[in-house]
Amino acid sequence: MARIAGVDIPREKRVEVALTYIFGIGLPTSQKILAQTNINPDTRVRDLTEEQVSRLRELVDRRYKVEGDLRREVALNIKRLQEIGSYRGLRHRRNLPARGQRTKTNARTRRGVKKTVGAKKKK
Amino acid sequence: MSRSLKKGPFVEPRLLGRAQAMNKKNERKVVKTWSRASVIFPDFIGHTIAVYNGKKHIPVYVTENMVGHRFGEFAPTRNYRGHGKSTDRSTSLK
Repeated sequence: MARIAGVDIPREKRVEVALTYIFGIGLPTSQKILAQTNINPDTRVRDLTEEQVSRLRELVDRRYKVEGDLRREVALNIKRLQEIGSYRGLRHRRNLPARGQRTKTNARTRRGVKKTVGAKKKK
Repeated sequence: MSRSLKKGPFVEPRLLGRAQAMNKKNERKVVKTWSRASVIFPDFIGHTIAVYNGKKHIPVYVTENMVGHRFGEFAPTRNYRGHGKSTDRSTSLK
């Protein structure tokens, strides 16, 4: 069982892909890590030796900000934007796209499932 | 595309000059500006700058965290009141 950076235990996959299960590591980063530790990206996680796993663990722990730490950093950045009252902060508060995308249509990632609004009759 | 590093951050020279002059004299005055694209320099910290939003000047008190942002980010240009509200006009159409 391979435990790298806390809880992540991807097993039957190729290491190259398995590493991307860690928050903060995508394919490019994963490939870089494997090149640095001299591990064949095509080996399955279960076929890794203990020594290889510990090499990976050490490199990830030392060089990369992943999982909780990274999540915290992102959350703090957003909080800062909100506290200084910037436009991007306001957009985050309302769960709308913050980088000038259109909202007339689309923007469903931020806005979630469609909810229809319309003028209702007064009673 | 991001701005060339060679040029450095943009700030309206007059505005920066006024902030620096106020720093020298230890003054605190509200300065009106139309230059929403100006980057906030450390010299502006503690001053209140009134940033134009297309209609009026919005007073922005500059704190340390704001350095590196632009003045326009703190004076929204749109005033969205929301859709789907029941108004006299919308009900009379039915």
